Amino acid sequence: MGVAAVALVCLPLAYLIVRVAGAGPDAWSVLERPRTWMLIAKTVALVAAVTAGAVLVGVPAAFLVTRTDLPGRRFWTVALALPLVLPSYVLALALLAVSGPGGLLGLPALQGFPGAVVALILATYPFVFLLCVAALRRADPALEEAARGLGRGPGRVFREVTLPLLRPGIAAGALLVALYTLADFGVVSLMRAEALTRSVFLQYRGAFDREPAAVLALVLVVLTVLVLVAEQRARSRMPPARGGGRTVRAAAAVPLGRMRAPALAFCGAVATMGLVLPVCVLVVWLLRRTPSLDGVAAATLNSLLVAVIAAAVTTLAALPVAILAARFRRGWTVALERMGYGANALPGIVAALAFVFFAARHAPVIYQSLALLVAAYLVRFFPQALAGTSAALARAEPRLEEASRGLGRGPTRTLATVTVPLVAPGLLAGAALVLLSTLKELPATLVLRPIGFDTLATEVWTATSVSQYSQAALPALLLCALAVPAVWALVVRGSREFGQLGN
Amino acid sequence: MRRAAFSVAMLVLALLGLGGCGDGPGSGADLTIYSGRNEELVGDLLERFERETGLKVDVRYGDSAELAATIAEEGDNSPADVFFSQDAGALGAVEGTLTTMPRSVLGAVPERFRDPGNRWAGVSGRARVIAYDTKKFDEDEVPDSVFDLTAKRWKGKVGLPPSNASFQAFVSAMRLDVGDERTREWLEAMKDNDPKVYDNNIQTVEAIGRGEIELGLVNHYYLYELKREDPDLAAANHFPKAGDPGSLINAAGVGILRTTDHKNNAERFARFLVSREAQRYFADRTSEYPLIGGVARRGDLPPLDEVIGPQVELGKLGEKLRSTLDLLNEVGFTT
Repeated sequence: MGVAAVALVCLPLAYLIVRVAGAGPDAWSVLERPRTWMLIAKTVALVAAVTAGAVLVGVPAAFLVTRTDLPGRRFWTVALALPLVLPSYVLALALLAVSGPGGLLGLPALQGFPGAVVALILATYPFVFLLCVAALRRADPALEEAARGLGRGPGRVFREVTLPLLRPGIAAGALLVALYTLADFGVVSLMRAEALTRSVFLQYRGAFDREPAAVLALVLVVLTVLVLVAEQRARSRMPPARGGGRTVRAAAAVPLGRMRAPALAFCGAVATMGLVLPVCVLVVWLLRRTPSLDGVAAATLNSLLVAVIAAAVTTLAALPVAILAARFRRGWTVALERMGYGANALPGIVAALAFVFFAARHAPVIYQSLALLVAAYLVRFFPQALAGTSAALARAEPRLEEASRGLGRGPTRTLATVTVPLVAPGLLAGAALVLLSTLKELPATLVLRPIGFDTLATEVWTATSVSQYSQAALPALLLCALAVPAVWALVVRGSREFGQLGN
Repeated sequence: MRRAAFSVAMLVLALLGLGGCGDGPGSGADLTIYSGRNEELVGDLLERFERETGLKVDVRYGDSAELAATIAEEGDNSPADVFFSQDAGALGAVEGTLTTMPRSVLGAVPERFRDPGNRWAGVSGRARVIAYDTKKFDEDEVPDSVFDLTAKRWKGKVGLPPSNASFQAFVSAMRLDVGDERTREWLEAMKDNDPKVYDNNIQTVEAIGRGEIELGLVNHYYLYELKREDPDLAAANHFPKAGDPGSLINAAGVGILRTTDHKNNAERFARFLVSREAQRYFADRTSEYPLIGGVARRGDLPPLDEVIGPQVELGKLGEKLRSTLDLLNEVGFTT
């Protein structure tokens, strides 16, 4: 079953390659155009700008809420993490609504490349923030206190002691941000910024020959793989975690002094842009015109239905792969697990294209069916479920299983009565993550949904594509409301799996 | 091991089960429509058809050219029964997959708005216009020809939707009218003039309202759709001079797929679109030109006979679509 699941995960990429290979040299001509290379350069620039921005926002914010006497630290910790409940395209929508001539606030026009950068920074800095908060909480404050005791000023302590402690957290966060930006489709489309995902989609829609879209999709995969390789490298260079984990003692607060007001202003500005403003915009739209409830109820049910199915199916499919890799460690089981994570290299639009190409030609039975959509979600979010389960398995004591075997239970019964109950919390965390991601997912849903199957995400999209923003408000707010419990659980539990939110 | 086999069986069963219920929307319907027309514009009309006939209708919305390409890719597997297109070109591009339209539908529509080969029929008319910002200038300052838009004066001020079928049809018409060479030159000059690119007509008109651009190349009726939301929108339509490619008259139309399993229902839908009721909907709700006699257009629109487009037959647009898309792609409008 594990093999079957991983085979499914690898299918889209394999098919894309086959399709492009069979298309002949014409398809590749898209790579000969200077425009294509400009596009790649712009995509890389977008990734670099967003990553830098997210680090510049996330790291100071994390430091302020964990190491200083900032008033309302607990409040800010939650407020600064909460933008996670907003799908990034809703953030982009809100920014578009308040900026430019005729915008609600009349701010300078925010669109194209700068608009996409701002929206994506606001959408992704929480990854860096949360990872750094976790790292700072784990880190022994004794080092920083010693440095201070030796007469170093707060600035030098931060630079010379705290920052090196944070480096793994920053690196992990930055790579999540980079992956997220590469795969993002909604923001760049709404902001009309040039990026590979959007071009793949436009090519797919705007040409009779689909092979050039497939070629661009493969270019996107290559870029994503490069980021993943960088992540692997960075991780292998990181020092192993120190000691037995949590420190008992809280760090003594660094007094902010005169910096208190600017620090508060910084946190306030970020939370306002990332959370208060979008929610206010949505509420204003909602009040401006009574929304038509037609379809919203059905879309909500559809969203929940498909997300629950996707979460269940994906978690079940990931379980055997995780168990094989953790408990029956051999060359092939480890390879299987690695290939399972390979889906991280498939942005949503790429997976969607592959499935559409494949099903329209070779599998008409599942073409435009819910099964195909769920299969795409499974492929997309398999790594999230896998990470949740694997982390739980790593924490669970193999000795308990050995004891069960020693007491005469067979391997199957041990699995059912010992292993699965032990990893249940991790399974649930993984499932919650898949649920959340499925709710927000846009490109694959747009391309693969069965006819007439509207979800909250597609409702938002449809309303914006005809600029009936007031119609987008209700589904967008519902989407956020549905995401709150899942985000809450993940953030409050502080589970490491949330890092997988990046996809 | 048995447990593993059992799990595999369960997963396969689950997926098959989903396949079963996922099939529901596709095969359970009495009619499947691929609509290149936006849901906000025609959703009410299609619902009316459903209510009146009691048929269960599934609609897949998208851009017309995208849906044409989808129909081409799907081939004989296409779940679509009917293609309801935003322009004649997208219908013409897939005319090989269409069956003959019933005489009752063809007969209702003027000859210039239907396929010479009788495979599709136009159901509503639309004119290309240059929409402009009424706060910035009067109508007599708006260019009379799209060829004037490459002037420096309009650098960064013009908006257009290259992925939209009506825009693509306009480019095809220009190629038929003035030739491929001049069209490519015009497109490249436009591209150099830094136009703002939008996903569709309505975003383009809306950008004029926001003051983001001054002129937009669009179909005439999106203005009225936006004015329904915001009566104070500072935008208006200018009809380019007679014979200019920028004043192409096009038709939204309908075709029935050869592979349909619901031919009767599909024909019923086509007849509904040329019925007095649907034509009134096009005239009143979407501000298009009705195409059958006796239904009046919106009062403030010039009569269709007075809008003189380029000398191009709508039936010729289809064979140009594929190469027009390639051209737009090469010039860099759609990547």
